[in-house]
Amino acid sequence: MTAAFYDLMDFDEVLEKYDPVMGLEVHVELGTETKMFSASSAHFGAEPNSNVDPVSLGLPGALPVVNAKGVEWAIKIGLALNCSIAESSRFARKNYFYPDQPKNYQISQYDEPIAYDGYLDVVLEDGTEWRVEIERAHMEEDTGKLTHLGGTSGRIHGATASLVDCNRAGIPLIEVVTKPIEGAGARAPEIAKAYVSALRDLVKALGVSDGRLDQGSMRVDANLSLRPIGQEEFGTRTETKNINSLKSVEQAITFEMQRQAQVLDDGGVIDQETRHYQEADGSTSKGRPKETAEDYRYFNDPDLPPVIAPREWVEEIRATLPELPWVRRARIQEEWKLSDAEMRDLINANALDLIIETVEAGTTPDEARAWWVSYISQKANESGVELDALGVAPAHVARVVALVSEGKLTNKLARQAIDGVIAGEGDVDAVVAARGLEVVRDDGAIEKAVDEALAANPDIVEKYRAGNTKVTGAIVGAVMKATRGKADPAQVNQLIAKKLA
Amino acid sequence: MTNKYLVEGSENELTTKTAAELAGLIHSREVTSREVTQAHLDRIAAVDGDIHAFLHVGQEEALNAADDVDKRLDAGEAPASALAGVPLALKDVFTTTDAPTTAASKMLEGYMSPYDATVTRKIREAGIPILGKTNMDEFAMGSSTENSAYGPTHNPWDLERTAGGSGGGSSAALAAGQAPLAIGTDTGGSIRQPAALTNTVGVKPTYGTVSRYGLIACASSLDQGGPTARTVLDTALLHEVIAGHDGFDATSVNRPVAPVVQAAREGANGDLKGMKVGVVKQFDRDGYQPGVLEAFHASVEQMRSQGAEIVEVDCPHFDDALGAYYLILPCEVSSNLARFDGMRYGLRAGDDGTRSADEVMAYTRAQGFGPEVKRRIILGTYALSVGYYDAYYLQAQRVRTLIAQDFAKAYEQVDILVSPTTPTTAFKLGEKVTDPLEMYNFDLCTLPLNLAGLAGMSLPSGLASDTGLPVGLQLMAPAFQDDRLYRVGAAFEAGRK
Repeated sequence: MTAAFYDLMDFDEVLEKYDPVMGLEVHVELGTETKMFSASSAHFGAEPNSNVDPVSLGLPGALPVVNAKGVEWAIKIGLALNCSIAESSRFARKNYFYPDQPKNYQISQYDEPIAYDGYLDVVLEDGTEWRVEIERAHMEEDTGKLTHLGGTSGRIHGATASLVDCNRAGIPLIEVVTKPIEGAGARAPEIAKAYVSALRDLVKALGVSDGRLDQGSMRVDANLSLRPIGQEEFGTRTETKNINSLKSVEQAITFEMQRQAQVLDDGGVIDQETRHYQEADGSTSKGRPKETAEDYRYFNDPDLPPVIAPREWVEEIRATLPELPWVRRARIQEEWKLSDAEMRDLINANALDLIIETVEAGTTPDEARAWWVSYISQKANESGVELDALGVAPAHVARVVALVSEGKLTNKLARQAIDGVIAGEGDVDAVVAARGLEVVRDDGAIEKAVDEALAANPDIVEKYRAGNTKVTGAIVGAVMKATRGKADPAQVNQLIAKKLA
Repeated sequence: MTNKYLVEGSENELTTKTAAELAGLIHSREVTSREVTQAHLDRIAAVDGDIHAFLHVGQEEALNAADDVDKRLDAGEAPASALAGVPLALKDVFTTTDAPTTAASKMLEGYMSPYDATVTRKIREAGIPILGKTNMDEFAMGSSTENSAYGPTHNPWDLERTAGGSGGGSSAALAAGQAPLAIGTDTGGSIRQPAALTNTVGVKPTYGTVSRYGLIACASSLDQGGPTARTVLDTALLHEVIAGHDGFDATSVNRPVAPVVQAAREGANGDLKGMKVGVVKQFDRDGYQPGVLEAFHASVEQMRSQGAEIVEVDCPHFDDALGAYYLILPCEVSSNLARFDGMRYGLRAGDDGTRSADEVMAYTRAQGFGPEVKRRIILGTYALSVGYYDAYYLQAQRVRTLIAQDFAKAYEQVDILVSPTTPTTAFKLGEKVTDPLEMYNFDLCTLPLNLAGLAGMSLPSGLASDTGLPVGLQLMAPAFQDDRLYRVGAAFEAGRK
């Protein structure tokens, strides 16, 4: 299915006729050591069905016990989102049959979430702030993972068998739900992206999740409806899933606005349905239609007593909150004396944390900024991955900066060293050694190359001696060529000056 | 009528002794645990063809456990517990790593658990050999063991009659001399009611005092494992082994175990002076079998003669208990039993390569569950549905609160409540099986206690003059006052002699 399949209304026309209302539900996978309701390891990437126990497999007789760390981290997120924290909240069972759900119910929170009524202020590209109201943040457990065999590209359609991996079953999730975002107009896609980005920065700063959209440790469901300009009542919404990057958040909202507007304009109706975002072309496609309305038959889980969060505990947790991203940003901008525009570039490139860490590893802010915002960002764009998913760590950048300042690498060689890191050839020193990148310091070898170059270019020598000292470029070029780029140009220039003095 | 299985046909007297006596003999090395265990295994081999108390007998595992106890005692070690070496029968709803755990369902035929229930682990740590797993109604749903997928248990007092349910296997095993100790579970009376029908003792401890980890759930907010035996003291000794806080069960209460053994010993002097005993008005009225009421009144008179002050108490909401119970229980059942879907373990039916996962789940559940289990799953699924939840589930929870308040008010007046355990003596197998409501009514007197989470006991109180079958006396104590059951129970037991 491709975008061309749909009739899309021009975006400006959408805004003339309709007012978008948006709701975002973000699932954040917590990075706790163990699962939400058992002592089984919660680490990612283990052999299928090795991080399991009677509880996460839903074996007969197994019972859940709440992971206190999961509750503590949920409270952390709630506090950082300016939410009220419930003194007593409850776990409920969401009942539905699916093979990735070992108990055929999911333990979640329903009418008594742990955190509610908060907000997150997000900064848009032009520097304005938008307040996103938070409805609730609640705790729940993840499902297992299905792999479908025999069909096309791992989809269930046409598959002949499915494999179930329960490693993920029971991993703690926090679902953060916004209140309806109204009045955003043309900014709706941008606000959605900025909100998800801010939430991601937040959970990373809190140290409760790696916030990876591409690996599913953060999952976004975007609800969108349109109503004719001036109408109070909300239109029918769709819920788009399978959004794997910040860019996709923006694109999915844009696409749904254009698609829904055209349907409405053509006299059609919007079906309340789940849609899937298609990474390939930025469209959304119809999910499997539901034959009957879902009825999850929620009721309080009788295996789990209420979660009690005494006020003193909540205050203790509040006291451990780290510097929150927006506070940190203001401080960094002040300390590094950056303009608003420079600051926005860093944030939009998702480079701020990386730069701060690079500075902490020993570079100046300018050096760190130069590397991340230009060369490494460019590489990330070329590969189509997020900056922090490229494989370059702040320590790598700090190391090349150090080598350049020691004169062991030129800027050009340093970029090759970073290329090697990206290519997975090891850390900076390993790449330098393996690729033989280090600047040649052997004076004899360089001197010989200089002598040869001078001998081969008598006309230049003559011009130089006549007082035109700017002509050495060709000599330097010849020396660099002879040393395959490993000579330090400054050293070569010194040698030429000495020889022709 | 007499129980010929305990009086006659017990040539080997080891199978008629109490657990306390057997423990004394084993610990003083007059007999070995192997001899005692072997005697009960022989007894099972001899009579279980009549009774069908067991779904699985673990001869080798039981004897190995007995040998281990003997070896330690011979080496001069102190007994691991007061009951070390005395064998036990375990209801087949607790997981065991060395024997199948089926919950008497086709769904789990041959299922081997990779872990032991906490109760199982405590029994092993106490040096108690496990003889085997006892019969029950499927997933503990029923009042007669007729819902077992493997056939009903027969009452040793009359083989044509039920031994009760759901824990009929455990109680019948005690009554037939197949085991001196047994473990049951009580969701609405499944320990107390079979105890009453077989003339044995059964206790439902306060909710949260015995771990439910590894107990295959029927209704999580009502289920509670508990001890059964032929005497009050034996029951107390077993109670002490299995109770206690467990970090694997979030509903387990972190507080010391009530001094039940001490209470049973103190009560043995037969003195009930100063004890205020409440007779629940709602459970002492027309409609009950005359022979049961007669025996009950005689029991009350006996307690009065032992020094107790008798007071009638009114618990008006007990009349609504049955309705509330049969809403809350199916709701929890419908969710608890959802995991039995053929995907990961147990029965898988209809998986011929053409069917979807949904279809295989449906086939499996259609074939694996019996009619009563299906009935309750359907009831619960319906009651929890949008539009019905408030009218059924929430309303039932409100009734539950009112029942707890009735109990609380009653305990302002009295120390302990009493009633007949069942409205009639043991009925004939097949008599009620076609009428679920009749069957549900049989647990009328026992289930208010589960709704309130309190502690209860049923103990022998004589035979009904009309049927000649055993009548149970039910004692009901406030939460965490389980010792009061044993104090009064032991005194009552002593007073009958």
